[in-house]
Amino acid sequence: MSRQSNRTTDSKKMNSELFTLTYGALVTQLCKDYENDEEVNKQLDKMGYNIGVRLIEDFLARSSVGRCQDFRETADVIAKVAFKMYLGVTPSVTNWSPAGDEFSLILESNPLVDFVELPDNHSNLVYSSLLCGVLKGALEMVQMAVDVRFAQDTLRGDSVTEIRMKFIKRIEENVPAGDE
Amino acid sequence: MADDVLFEFLHMEIVAHVYKEQATRDDIDKERVTCVSTLEGMGFRVGQGLIERFTKDCPSFKDDLDIMKFVCKDFWSTIFKKQIDNLRTNHQGTFVLQDNTFTLLTQFSIGKQYLEDAPKYLAFSCGMIRGALSNLGLEGVVTAEVSVMPSCKFQVVIQKT
Repeated sequence: MSRQSNRTTDSKKMNSELFTLTYGALVTQLCKDYENDEEVNKQLDKMGYNIGVRLIEDFLARSSVGRCQDFRETADVIAKVAFKMYLGVTPSVTNWSPAGDEFSLILESNPLVDFVELPDNHSNLVYSSLLCGVLKGALEMVQMAVDVRFAQDTLRGDSVTEIRMKFIKRIEENVPAGDE
Repeated sequence: MADDVLFEFLHMEIVAHVYKEQATRDDIDKERVTCVSTLEGMGFRVGQGLIERFTKDCPSFKDDLDIMKFVCKDFWSTIFKKQIDNLRTNHQGTFVLQDNTFTLLTQFSIGKQYLEDAPKYLAFSCGMIRGALSNLGLEGVVTAEVSVMPSCKFQVVIQKT
């Protein structure tokens, strides 16, 4: 039957589209619920954070990555393992700050923005804000406080998507008082 | 390409968000209905988009039953990694799709504890089915019910124009 052809390749692609379309429906709904783009960005970031704190467990369970020794290793794992596993793209890690505490992830293509165009009245919307939240949430669960923001966004006319990540501090594990 | 688990997490988060949003506004009675219809509406758009992409190169369907079978087999397997376990119809426009281990419910504990909350997690999928059917030319009403976790039944009533 002609319908049966290309089933496996198509189904992977369809799942990506399922996620992309669902994300699009979410952003649309949020734009309806909130008056301004800043609020939408914040909500997406919060939701991303909630997803990130759970996603890290899934990630650690499925990849056999051990503890990272430093921030550079973390950057590599995020780009080469995590992004590849979840979004099927491998961003490049560049623009390290001299202190080694800040770097950029450059994405040639961002799966979240397939089929998306930003209308003129939403110029402040950072469409993929969810990603910032996910990265923040996930890293917080492995004791790293980071700041994540979009430096460049193809939806706003830039040629690539650039995510800037800055290490803030190490979060100490809280041991309950009686356990010392 | 995006991993399956991403959709599950995103879906959970969307449901949580929609309900939290409603809770901050008043009128508890309206709350449930609005949340479900918001989720269903989102699912509708997604279903429409997906089915368009999915059936781009497919030959056209013979009749309603053929369309429902497509939804049960190909559409369901792509999205939920499995086919519908049971399809019943009265041949007069009503179809019941039964899924014995619905993917979005498997994370819940089996038993009565979350039975009341389960419909929240089915609204989006109902919308997806309705959206998919709508773009294939069938207008219908889709509802879901859960009696035993994680199995659920989607009831589709096609409206004859």
